[in-house]
Amino acid sequence: MTGEPILHVEGVTKTFGMRRTLRERVGRAEAAEHRAVDDVSFTVGRGEILGLAGGSGSGKTTLARCLIRLVEPDSGAVRLGDDDVLAAKGADLRELRRRMQMVFQDPYASLNPRMTVGTALHEAGRVHRRPGSEDADRFVTELLARVHLSPTIAARRPRELSGGQRQRVAVARALAVGPEVLIADEAVSALDVSVQAQLLNLFLDLRDELGVAIVFVAHQLAVIAEVADRVAIMHQGRMVEIGDAGVVLRDPQHEYTRALLAAHPHPDPRGRAGVA
Amino acid sequence: MTAVAQDLPGVADATTDALLSVDGLRVEFGPADAPLVAVKDVGLTIAPGEIVGLIGESGSGKSLTCRSIMRLIGAPGRVTAGTVDFEGRDVLAMSSKELRDFRAHDVGMIYQDPFSSLNPVMRIGDHLRETLRANRGMSKAEARAEGIALLERVGIPDPERRYLSYPHELSGGMRQRVMIALATASRPRLLLADEPTTALDVTTQAQILDLLTDMRRELGMAVLVVSHDFGVIAQVCDRVCVMYGGHVVETGPVERIYADPQHPYTKALLDSVPDMESAGNPVRREGIPGYPPELTDVLPGCVFAPRCAHARPGCTSVPMVLQPVDAAAPDAGSTACPVRPFSVGGPFDPVAGSPPDPVAVPVSPQPAAATAAMTAAETAARAQTGDPGDLPAPGEARITQPTDQESTR
Ligand SMILES: Nc1ncnc2c1ncn2[C@@H]1O[C@H](COP(=O)(O)OP(=O)(O)OP(=O)(O)O)[C@@H](O)[C@H]1O
Ligand SMILES: Nc1ncnc2c1ncn2[C@@H]1O[C@H](COP(=O)(O)OP(=O)(O)OP(=O)(O)O)[C@@H](O)[C@H]1O
Ligand code: SF4
Ligand SMILES: [Mg+2]
Ligand SMILES: [Mg+2]
Repeated sequence: MTGEPILHVEGVTKTFGMRRTLRERVGRAEAAEHRAVDDVSFTVGRGEILGLAGGSGSGKTTLARCLIRLVEPDSGAVRLGDDDVLAAKGADLRELRRRMQMVFQDPYASLNPRMTVGTALHEAGRVHRRPGSEDADRFVTELLARVHLSPTIAARRPRELSGGQRQRVAVARALAVGPEVLIADEAVSALDVSVQAQLLNLFLDLRDELGVAIVFVAHQLAVIAEVADRVAIMHQGRMVEIGDAGVVLRDPQHEYTRALLAAHPHPDPRGRAGVA
Repeated sequence: MTAVAQDLPGVADATTDALLSVDGLRVEFGPADAPLVAVKDVGLTIAPGEIVGLIGESGSGKSLTCRSIMRLIGAPGRVTAGTVDFEGRDVLAMSSKELRDFRAHDVGMIYQDPFSSLNPVMRIGDHLRETLRANRGMSKAEARAEGIALLERVGIPDPERRYLSYPHELSGGMRQRVMIALATASRPRLLLADEPTTALDVTTQAQILDLLTDMRRELGMAVLVVSHDFGVIAQVCDRVCVMYGGHVVETGPVERIYADPQHPYTKALLDSVPDMESAGNPVRREGIPGYPPELTDVLPGCVFAPRCAHARPGCTSVPMVLQPVDAAAPDAGSTACPVRPFSVGGPFDPVAGSPPDPVAVPVSPQPAAATAAMTAAETAARAQTGDPGDLPAPGEARITQPTDQESTR
């Protein structure tokens, strides 16, 4: 089901907290402490979902942001198809950013607080001249239906929504521009499990029906198990393990992956360690 | 809760022992003549040192319930009915000074959205120092030492350096830990934790859950945990309240809720819990068909009826009242669904939990074969325990399973 690679990432590195000149002066070992993303390489195929897990502060969000240059990597290469993302400028960069959409951990980041949901969704489609966006009502209603929200949500502003509703609107906003790659940073973590199941189905549909490649960042390994074809594990800025989901999650090779799996809480209360 | 307290002798007293008891809570938005009712009728109690989980549909009113307890519903929202009682004090009637004291000393809250609740231009240390000086009357130096100690307690590495960081310099998980440090800085009797681990990785999550249980043990702190992650609920909670459409639809001990849910919504929710076993073989889960109710909807009878796989005509006149799941065992909790039987076993029960037929979109009713199998198994279970399975609501006829379905095979 997985097609040829569409997103190529090679040796991406991002260091925070020290200016380049200073870093060049101090020793390498010291500089490594602030390395949020350290020499990360991977590819994602068309119609493939790559699950990305790892500890808090391991660099998942920074890596995700580097891919669309919300954070400028210090070094490395990112290609979307044949296009060099890191070299793109102006209109080319804007077009690349349309083709690679990000759903943020913080849904406020992608939603204008003063715009109604309907206006925001329609604007996104109109600016990029998406097919169907001429008919605003229909365009908005269809997008909302995709994320299992009722059409009446269109009249509300972000702060009038529950956390889960807001996150679904953020996904709809990303879908409005017809992306080829979707980067979802904890996009379903705030949703109740029944809505989460619907959204995971939606990601599977986007993968199967539209061939969208998805980088799916989540801290819940069970959620990743529900959708990912392949899984990558980050630890202290490095990608310590990557492989088929069934292999990485069932027979992990790296010690850190095993520790993550061991810490994963099981939903059966009878199994818990005596907390009475 | 209300129903239990009224109907069972002796249980009414339990409410007076409660640290917190919320009853008949109603929260509205919009114009008074055409209100949007976000919380319709919520009741729950928390005993001192108890950890209670609040789970349920996104938009069902969990966060608003927490905010109401703190009296933090901002205009145009308003509490239009109900009581919030904290150790015999009526929170909704407190003067602004009493309220300030209440928020400073008795109750702490971790907000669902840690990103918008930290001031971006204030350092982490400024947030902590301000809270500690205001709530615990500490000097500048004391507040600094205690602030760093708090950061350490919530597992922030290099706390002295992080004390000087700005919120945007921290990862999502670290910001959430800062929120926990802030919420527990004044050692509250009750912590309202709205999605406390949502942004956290599993290792940090495990640490935070340990932290909450430690604080319960050491400080006797009670906790109301709102979470979508049943793994989290299962790890720490004694009891669970399940919300749907502005109501608590089921409540009971976490083990019973997990193994034997007595409300169709709870069961559907548990059936959607993601499972590690899916690794390498992702399958679509059925979820719950349709949309959650609109705030403007006035649904007659059961709020879950439009989406319930077990709904039958009488459900539109069922009152939204919690009834004991087992009159002989008040500790087993209560449910707002009077229809019996509708299920057996837990979410992974081989009969009830078998994968749904992908073609048959589950509207109502339940496929006949499955119903028959459940009925048979349930009958067998009842024969063993001697439980008649009868649960007449006072003044309300119980809705019985139509016989034609029962006999279908
Ligand atoms: N703008 C910034 N300035 C300085 N340091 C930063 C900045 N953004 C991130 N960092 C640091 O980079 C590291 C990686 O952070 P990142 O947000 O990528 O982690 P994450 O894996 O997404 O964690 P989480 O699971 O908690 O969201 C952390 O140590 C963080 O403090
Ligand atoms: N300021 C507001 N104006 C209008 N409606 C609101 C406002 N705040 C919340 N609501 C609505 O009230 C309902 C309950 O919201 P609440 O935030 O309590 O849900 P929740 O159960 O916490 O959901 P989630 O699990 O998604 O966080 C939702 O339908 C929401 O859209
Ligand atoms: S009362 Fe009827 S509609 Fe409501 S949950 Fe029970 S069976 Fe379903
Ligand atoms: Mg992150
Ligand atoms: Mg909420």
